[in-house]
Amino acid sequence: MQRSLKISDGKLFDVIITLISAVIIIIVLYPLIIVVSASFSDPARVMNGEMWLWPVGFTLDAYTEIFKNSDIWIGYRNTIFYTVFGTVINIGLTTLAAYPLSRRDLPGRNVFMFLITFTMFFHGGLIPTYLVVQGLGMVDTIWAMVIPNAIATYNLIVMRTYFQTSIPWELQEAAMIDGCSNIKLLFKIILPLSKPIIAVMILFYAVGHWNAFFNALIYLREEGLYPLQLILREILLVNQLSGTEASGQFGMDEKLLLGQSIKYALVVVASIPVLIVYPFVQKHFVKGVMIGSIKG
Amino acid sequence: MTERQKAWKYIFARYDLYLMLLLPLAWYAVFQYGPMYGLQIAFRDFNPAFGFLGSEWVGFENFERFFSSYYFGRLLWNTFLISVLSLLIAFPIPIVLALLINEIRNTTLKKTLQNVTYMPHFISVVVIVGMLDLFLNPDGGFINIILGSFGIEPIPFMEKPEWFKTLFISSNIWQSMGWQSIIYVASLAGIDPQLYEAAKMDGASRLQRIIHVSLPGIFPVIIIMLILDIGQFMNVGFEKILLMQNNLNLESSDVIQTFVYRNGILNGDYSYSAAIGLFNSLINFFLLILINRYARKKAETSLW
Repeated sequence: MQRSLKISDGKLFDVIITLISAVIIIIVLYPLIIVVSASFSDPARVMNGEMWLWPVGFTLDAYTEIFKNSDIWIGYRNTIFYTVFGTVINIGLTTLAAYPLSRRDLPGRNVFMFLITFTMFFHGGLIPTYLVVQGLGMVDTIWAMVIPNAIATYNLIVMRTYFQTSIPWELQEAAMIDGCSNIKLLFKIILPLSKPIIAVMILFYAVGHWNAFFNALIYLREEGLYPLQLILREILLVNQLSGTEASGQFGMDEKLLLGQSIKYALVVVASIPVLIVYPFVQKHFVKGVMIGSIKG
Repeated sequence: MTERQKAWKYIFARYDLYLMLLLPLAWYAVFQYGPMYGLQIAFRDFNPAFGFLGSEWVGFENFERFFSSYYFGRLLWNTFLISVLSLLIAFPIPIVLALLINEIRNTTLKKTLQNVTYMPHFISVVVIVGMLDLFLNPDGGFINIILGSFGIEPIPFMEKPEWFKTLFISSNIWQSMGWQSIIYVASLAGIDPQLYEAAKMDGASRLQRIIHVSLPGIFPVIIIMLILDIGQFMNVGFEKILLMQNNLNLESSDVIQTFVYRNGILNGDYSYSAAIGLFNSLINFFLLILINRYARKKAETSLW
């Protein structure tokens, strides 16, 4: 009797859990679906509240307007450039720091580690950093987008931890006894064994570059250098639909309406590259967070 | 060969490791320690023409000006309130979510819940704030349409100071609860299954097992995350606040960091803004040290 009661208690628990999960999934997904649907819908019908899930009055007007806008193309191009170039620099510098610091036979590594870790807890702040970057003549150049954030200390520590815990020290020692130089050791042995962590680092850094807007906001004045996020900010939040040729065929009211649906479409266009890649890389991201959570 | 010579030989044999470190360390020197050196302008009347050292030393003048200014109270209050509310509301949610994920037996549901809740983390803040703006728009935003169907007049949420903190914190939860739960899910997976078995034998219900086995099992991780959060107490995700800010909600949305941005970068008042930034960083730093010390004593877990 008591036993059957316990089983049913567990079942009720499962039902409640399933219900809560379903509610959370809906809360997270619904806004995303709304954005996509609204971007393909007739804006007038969206504003009337006719659309509640799937597109109503299917149209591609918003997307055709976006593709006519040269600012958005420039933003896209710049973002791709900053993402690729920036990530290459990130990975290069992070590896160059993480590997020597992972070597337990390196004299002075604790001092270096302290100096590096300290910057996670205290830093000069916005204004002095800006003045340093300005003093180096990087303001309004592409360098401001890639150099001031060249190393993320957290990622550096994750990578070092991986080198220390996942690559057997005996292997390195054996190679060194065979007369392998440190540089050769890094390129021939360590890096080939570190593909998972490098993949994770590429993903972390690349998403960071893709979504970053703040560096661009403070360091860039020249609009031709603006990344996509800054263009988005102007159109979505500062409401400057500059350069849009929403002319001729549309009247004033239609233009206002179209403006709304262009915003929906922009949200989609800006997020799609990351969301397309997401399912493929999701596992690696999780792995990265977990490696990071194990202290070395 | 003397001991000293031996030591040098040992170091020299690894010269290429130091060579590798050269560039990263140079970066740290310039972009991390350079700004720390530059912080002295907080005590000077900085003039770009004279540089950091050439500008006149004014002591605590910039700090006094800030503490006596009329927006000091407002900035401190907003910063403090947003932080405390985030800690009270947004911090526990990923923990609860992780406990929930851990209890799901159906693998498909588990995977779906995880993948869906991680997703918003990858959307940029600009897009998130853009979405808020669209949804909450008094003309045809979907929240106002829903409210309208209950006969409620459209509310211009983004322009109402009284709504700012609610919107900021709830959208933060929406965006990051899944991602932040990963670390708790990982540490839950590391709990010894025998503990659950033993609790079950003793007649503990599933809820009791969560409270007496799962929660204590991830307690050290919770403490570490709490310390890290408190170490950033005064920074309160200001990049997002900056995007959500407008002249109408300023009284509720202006925090120390957004003020530093406006006053320093936009108005070029470098020394004064650097002083305010330093004040902010120091509070963070001391809070971190305090909470770390406290955690080491009371919970025997700490960052260092």
